[in-house]
Amino acid sequence: MVCEMEKDPIEDMDIEVLPSMWPEDIRDDAGKQFNIEKPGGDEDMLKDVTIPGEHKILDFKRLLELTNYTDQGASQLAYLVKHWEYRQANAVRLLKEELDILSRQRQEVELKKLEILEEHRFEEERYGGDKRPISILDDAYDIWQDVPRRKSDVVIQNKRVEIDAEYDTVIYWKQRAMHLEKLLEASIHREQALMEKLQESINNMEKQSSPVEELSQILKRADNFLHFILQNAPVVIGHQDKDLKYRFIYNPYPTLHEEDVIGKTDIDIFTGAGVKESQEFKREVLEKGLPAKREITFDTELFGAKTFLIHVAPVFSKDGETIGINYMGMDVTDQVRIREKMARLREEMAVRNAKETEMNKTMYITEETMRAKQMLATMSHEIRSPLAGVVSMAEILAQTRLDREQRQLLEVMLSSGDLVLQLINDILDLSKVESGVMKLEATKFRPREVVKHVLQTAAASLRKILTLEGHVADDVPIEVIGDVLRIRQILTNLISNAIKFTHEGKVGINLYVVPEPSLEKIEESPEKSKVDQSTSLESKMKGEKSSSVSQASSDQQPVQVKSQNGHFCQNHALHDKTRNMCESEASADRDNEEEDTRETTVWICCDVYDTGIGIPENALPTLFKKYMQVSADHARKYGGTGLGLAICKQLVELMGGRLTVSSREHIGSTFTFVLPYKVSPICDNSDDSDDLAIMANHDSAVDDITDGFFQFQPHTRGSLFSSNGSSRTQKLLSPNVVYTSINKLNRVAEDSYAFPTNNLRVKELASPEDACSTADAAETSAETECSVSPSLHYECEVDVENGKVNPQGTECRSQSSSSNISRLEEEKGQVDKLTISEPPGSCQGLEKSCASSESTSSGIVEGPKPQPKPKILLVEDNKINVMVTQSMMKQLGHNMDVVNDGVEAVRAVQRHTYDLILMDVCMPVMDGLQATRIIRSFEETGNWDAAVRAGIEQVSSDLSCNSHSPTESKERVPIIAMTANALAESADECFANGMDSFVSKPVTFQKLKQCLEQYLM
Amino acid sequence: MDAGLMQMQGRLADYMNALFNEEILDSQYLELHELQDESNPGFVVEVVSLFLTDAEKLLDDLSRDLTQQNVDFKRAHAQAHKLMGSSCSIGAPRVKSACIVFQNFCQEKNVRGCQRYLQQMKQEFVLVKGKLKALFELEKQVVAAGGSIHRMQPINPSH
Repeated sequence: MVCEMEKDPIEDMDIEVLPSMWPEDIRDDAGKQFNIEKPGGDEDMLKDVTIPGEHKILDFKRLLELTNYTDQGASQLAYLVKHWEYRQANAVRLLKEELDILSRQRQEVELKKLEILEEHRFEEERYGGDKRPISILDDAYDIWQDVPRRKSDVVIQNKRVEIDAEYDTVIYWKQRAMHLEKLLEASIHREQALMEKLQESINNMEKQSSPVEELSQILKRADNFLHFILQNAPVVIGHQDKDLKYRFIYNPYPTLHEEDVIGKTDIDIFTGAGVKESQEFKREVLEKGLPAKREITFDTELFGAKTFLIHVAPVFSKDGETIGINYMGMDVTDQVRIREKMARLREEMAVRNAKETEMNKTMYITEETMRAKQMLATMSHEIRSPLAGVVSMAEILAQTRLDREQRQLLEVMLSSGDLVLQLINDILDLSKVESGVMKLEATKFRPREVVKHVLQTAAASLRKILTLEGHVADDVPIEVIGDVLRIRQILTNLISNAIKFTHEGKVGINLYVVPEPSLEKIEESPEKSKVDQSTSLESKMKGEKSSSVSQASSDQQPVQVKSQNGHFCQNHALHDKTRNMCESEASADRDNEEEDTRETTVWICCDVYDTGIGIPENALPTLFKKYMQVSADHARKYGGTGLGLAICKQLVELMGGRLTVSSREHIGSTFTFVLPYKVSPICDNSDDSDDLAIMANHDSAVDDITDGFFQFQPHTRGSLFSSNGSSRTQKLLSPNVVYTSINKLNRVAEDSYAFPTNNLRVKELASPEDACSTADAAETSAETECSVSPSLHYECEVDVENGKVNPQGTECRSQSSSSNISRLEEEKGQVDKLTISEPPGSCQGLEKSCASSESTSSGIVEGPKPQPKPKILLVEDNKINVMVTQSMMKQLGHNMDVVNDGVEAVRAVQRHTYDLILMDVCMPVMDGLQATRIIRSFEETGNWDAAVRAGIEQVSSDLSCNSHSPTESKERVPIIAMTANALAESADECFANGMDSFVSKPVTFQKLKQCLEQYLM
Repeated sequence: MDAGLMQMQGRLADYMNALFNEEILDSQYLELHELQDESNPGFVVEVVSLFLTDAEKLLDDLSRDLTQQNVDFKRAHAQAHKLMGSSCSIGAPRVKSACIVFQNFCQEKNVRGCQRYLQQMKQEFVLVKGKLKALFELEKQVVAAGGSIHRMQPINPSH
């Protein structure tokens, strides 16, 4: 039992002590400090890795110094020492624990021994000397001597009582002594074992405890670790002293040798962008004493353009002074590139997104706008057709017999209808221009005529006391090529605008040639070279342009000056003309050359000025905007849609010109537009029929051609005009018109000149068919007519024949006629200062009469009519369409020839000269396009080769009037297409094939009328 | 003007309005009426009858052509074009629309489409024919009763 008690502690001791003895704990601790997880494992791994030593450039001495002097070095060492001390302390602690345990055991053993001794005190006393050695142990452990002794005393006392009880025989004692002896022996044995263990432990400890060895081991491990980590790392590590000289550098990709780097600064080593920056950055860190990071882009000869992320940390000495920096750089060129690329991409994406959003928005708006416009156009169109019906019906109604009241009501109806139609036309025009559908036509026209007509029309509907005047400078060509309808539209718009806002004074048009404008300088003063222009006129025009319209001067004085001037111009131009005519007749070749050189573009500037209320400056920017008026007040007072100017501007721009305005409030406004026109090469002299017209109609033609000044004075008889307010009304008074025109043709015009009212009425002759129809109606006054027309007729016929027989004949006639003209001019100069409006259509009307008389001579036209009748050909295969169109024509006062296909059309053109051809596009045998091409080809070449190629045999020459002179190029006959599907492309096709215009089917009264008005003027 | 005539004229006007609303006729028909005056009082009837006989013949031709083995689409197209022109001129928009579609099918050389729209054309034609006949009947009655078809004849000086 006692034995068991004694063994137990030993076993306990083994179990308790051993775990704390394992060095793993120590290693673990150390590992944690260095962030090394398993140094043992590491070593295995490192075995596989060969560490290239040459990458490391190391100043060992410096490193040592560093370790000695720098804080970091010192702390590193201190740490290592501390660590070692800690380990030592730990070992000591463990040893102490061990010792404790041992001594406890020993105590126990001693106690036991004491027990035994106490048991045998009496024996001890007897044989006291025997047990002494045991007490020696007591001596060795002085510290515990007292306490255990006391303890053991107590124990011994207790034991002694037991012993007392077993006190017996000698044998018993002997046995007992032997037993004790054994125990003692075992105890000694155990003691020896313990001692051995202790010794071993101590040895062990000694083996572990060499600090240098341990430190170097740790260092080596750290070194290995660093090598392992750094060997492929794209980092440069370095230490620089406080002069920024490299003391240590680790560079996995060295391009320089150790000796090139150590002891030098960055600036010594390389040059280029970024070097200085890095140097400064390092210095900054050095001065501030705070670590910092920065990205620096280098561009050096050594390694090119590269971006480094640099970390610089200051190094302090033990007394806190900065003695250098630790430097770590990483090449982040690729990352930077990627990052920048990303940033760029992101930026681009953002921009694109923004754009896309914007575009979507714009698209949406555009779509909406387009839809709205489309809708507007459709609506307008839808409204226009029935409205046109209403208006045209009313027009027809106006031609019937009506009493005064009915007529007045009808007038109101018509003018209202006209207004609405105008508005709708405006809207349609605008949407056409805006959508680019509007096509411009190039037709020959006379600017003077246009100006005069516009003024006449305006004067006719004038309800104010205003003077309307027009000046056309001499240098404006007599004929130019342009889109006369649009130009007229612009002028009419501007004039009616001017009249609307002018309450007294005058409204006028100035027309003069300007040099080709460099777009900014459109509103320059007229060309200086116009020396023949009277100075007063020029100064006047300048005055108008600067919009300082002085009413006093412009009221009377300029009128006279200009009317004289106008006559001068006339004569001048006339002489020119006569000369030209003679020349051209004399030598066709030379004339051609001349024409070629004259084929130019001329820029004509047109001012429309008034002495009206003017435009406030702040309203100028919005003036040309749609639906904009200067103010709501104006809109109320003057009415209108605010579309007129917008249309003018758009039209002018469409034609390549520019519309500008200058204005002064309460003084007046001047709208100026400059447009380019082609000057017609075959202006007015080489054309057969034109010559005829001039001869036959000398006075009026001359007037039309060269008169540069028109004026319409205010009338006191306003009532007459108010009753004649609508332009249409004049048509109703046709007998008068005819009468007047006939008078003029008879050169009994002086009387009528005295009555401006007649002049104004005359203007409606602008459309010859009107003249014809009205002439029809005016049978009662046919007396004078009869006396005139046949003579003209005769003259024409003779002329035609002469032209055929002897080309020289025309020359003679033209000469005689020109002399005639000049004589008449002289006469006219004395007549009156009031310039006279002439029937503009009369010239062409006579032309037509020639044509019809020609036809008469070839005996194909129905009945010979004294009136000039345009000859119209309808090419249409559909019986019903023919019926309808024919009937409409009849209503309009025209007869026409009808053929059923393209071939017949060509044959008809071979036989007769037509003034207008209405051509169906889609026809059997030969379609309208081909027929048109053939006719055009004839007009250009003068021969029918194209027709022959197409299989149309030539008609015998005695029947054909149009084949008589093969070299002579023909006047271009207007050909109007009639298309069933009025799509844009088919319209394009029509134009491409030489057609002048097209009418979409079904043909209506209105369309036909418009068409005739446009092409039979 | 007696009440019976007034009533009749009202009926005529209503009938015309209905025809216009159903788009059986359009403004072109009014144009025709404008062209009718005392010099040719039967103009509208003349033109319309011409249209009716013409169209009937054309439609017959087309029906025959479309049953042929090899359909001559060009010819059919031309026929339809003609009918379209005529219907356009007398102001029968629905016949015209059918003709346009038919022509498109001709261009596609789509026999089935052509046949379908030939039927359509026929239907529209029969419709307009019936309506026009009824209209003429009404007009005749009005004229017989001593009235005038003033709504469509603004030019009537004798009136």
